[in-house]
Amino acid sequence: MAVERFPVEAGHIMLFARAIGDTNQIYHDADYARGTEPGSVIAPPTFVQASAQFNPDYFLRPKPGQPWFGSGKEPTGVTRGEGGGGGGLHAEQHYIYHRHPKPGDVLTATVKPGKTWEKQGRRSGKLIFTESITEYRDQHGELVVTSRGVGVTTERPVDQS
Amino acid sequence: MALSAKTLKVGDTHQEIVVDNLTRTQLVQYAGASGDYNPIHTDEVYTTQVAGYPSVFAHGMLSMGVTGKMLTNYVGDGRLATFGVRFTRQVWPGDTLTSTATVQATREEDGVHFVDLIVSTVNQDGTEVASGYASARIDA
Repeated sequence: MAVERFPVEAGHIMLFARAIGDTNQIYHDADYARGTEPGSVIAPPTFVQASAQFNPDYFLRPKPGQPWFGSGKEPTGVTRGEGGGGGGLHAEQHYIYHRHPKPGDVLTATVKPGKTWEKQGRRSGKLIFTESITEYRDQHGELVVTSRGVGVTTERPVDQS
Repeated sequence: MALSAKTLKVGDTHQEIVVDNLTRTQLVQYAGASGDYNPIHTDEVYTTQVAGYPSVFAHGMLSMGVTGKMLTNYVGDGRLATFGVRFTRQVWPGDTLTSTATVQATREEDGVHFVDLIVSTVNQDGTEVASGYASARIDA
């Protein structure tokens, strides 16, 4: 998704590393990180996905005063066809690292649409795949990470049997 | 500590348990850190009653994130050059995931050495949940 300003922050990297259960000191200890090859705290390999936090319109974040499709008084806060969505799943994710982001970087993300294709799935009916390419650039305009994501919309929930 | 082209052999593997008994709380942590608050990952009521799944399940990117932890532990910090996966099965609370990197090749490009890895993460039943590749800069 396009993001105009994605400031890479040490606290955010620490929280992200905790969420993936990664206790590597390079993600939370600046003193330790100074003595490593990168020379500073760096972001874990999948961190740029958290740029969603800096997209003001990101559709998978509840917003004050707007209906949300998760549960509250009712199992969902929207009726079918009204906003929300979320029937999509992540099918593939690919990264090319030109360098690894670090605290102090201010990234931008620009998105180019990729291919779209269909497939008949054994466990979830017709699958529609959509690819997008996201370029993360730093405050100097230099490419930091190239991301290629593939999303899939399923006809019905994936059969678990 | 860094891997070296001199000592790496095709077929070498590195394996780690990257999640032991996945908790719903970890899904909440990942939602909060990543910003992906899709209720199918944290809201059991919505997921079972509206979305039609037996329980909440992990973000694909959490599977990739924990797989990446195994990779960076193996190749060293700041050394990954590429990393990609296909999400082949959903990951559920209670799952235990094991990630493996297998050396496919080593190569030299403009004087810089790289290792190409096959990457696989499986659950406690041996079913693959993420399947992919990575490459990393290594020492000569």
